[in-house]
Amino acid sequence: MNITLTHFLLISAILFSLGVYAVITRRNAIMVLMGIELILNSANINFLAFSRYGGLNIEGQMAAIFVIILAAAEAAVALAIVLNIYKRFNTVNIDEISILKD
Amino acid sequence: MEGVGKNLIILQSTFLVSRAFYGIENIDNHKMNLYDIIFYFFAIVTVGSAAVVVFSRNIVYSAFSLLFTFFGVAGIYVLLNADFLAITQLLVYVGGILVLLLFGVMLTSNVMSVELKSGTLHRLPATIIVALLAGLIGGIFWTTDWFVSKRAGEVSVQTTSKDIGEALITTHVLLFEIASVILLVAIVGAAMMARRERLNTNV
Repeated sequence: MNITLTHFLLISAILFSLGVYAVITRRNAIMVLMGIELILNSANINFLAFSRYGGLNIEGQMAAIFVIILAAAEAAVALAIVLNIYKRFNTVNIDEISILKD
Repeated sequence: MEGVGKNLIILQSTFLVSRAFYGIENIDNHKMNLYDIIFYFFAIVTVGSAAVVVFSRNIVYSAFSLLFTFFGVAGIYVLLNADFLAITQLLVYVGGILVLLLFGVMLTSNVMSVELKSGTLHRLPATIIVALLAGLIGGIFWTTDWFVSKRAGEVSVQTTSKDIGEALITTHVLLFEIASVILLVAIVGAAMMARRERLNTNV
């Protein structure tokens, strides 16, 4: 069977759903960050699939480059926050970090 | 008579085999070329590793199968004619973000922070919602008649570094500068947030 645009889009959809499941279900903050990275990778695959099979040609790859750059910046800042949370609460379970809640 | 029969059988079998080959090469959908095999390999590696990341109980297993997920995604990038992006993905994601995540895992792993069994209360609604989301998105992707450009059929061997470099400097120069400012802010912010406490406050 020839590999068309739909195959890449379905991989992107499966990765996105798995990332959303990790963000919803897991309670370790670093697992949530891994889910976010899966979501960003699925969006990148989507961009590149349309860059090749649709009409985007190089703009899709530019979008994917900027997504990678922003994912790196966000992962660095998010991990600094997680380390601060661990220093303060001695846990990274996001259900127990709730002192703002009444 | 026996030799004639054997010759006829040989002749007929070669005729049938040649017809079979002609038929296989003619119907392009049934021929599985190398591109499809490599695509299915990388697709299975990516989706399987992502499933291990999400469903595993041990966070170190999840981090290491995230490594395989990133490698599979880089392979898919190469299949999509994005070679520069595949190498960038390996450098930035595997070499940067995954190492950061492993640092985070190792520095914050507690013996007492185990996934409690009461988490299964939220697991069934989450599974239903995510299955609906996957079905919705996958259904939209499957049934839409996508616009496919003219050069979609051929496999191009043109490298993309030159085009990306030119586009970054000419068309997307503003985004380039803003991205560099964002990276600077992220570096300074993360380094300031994650430093150790000083005992006395005179810097």
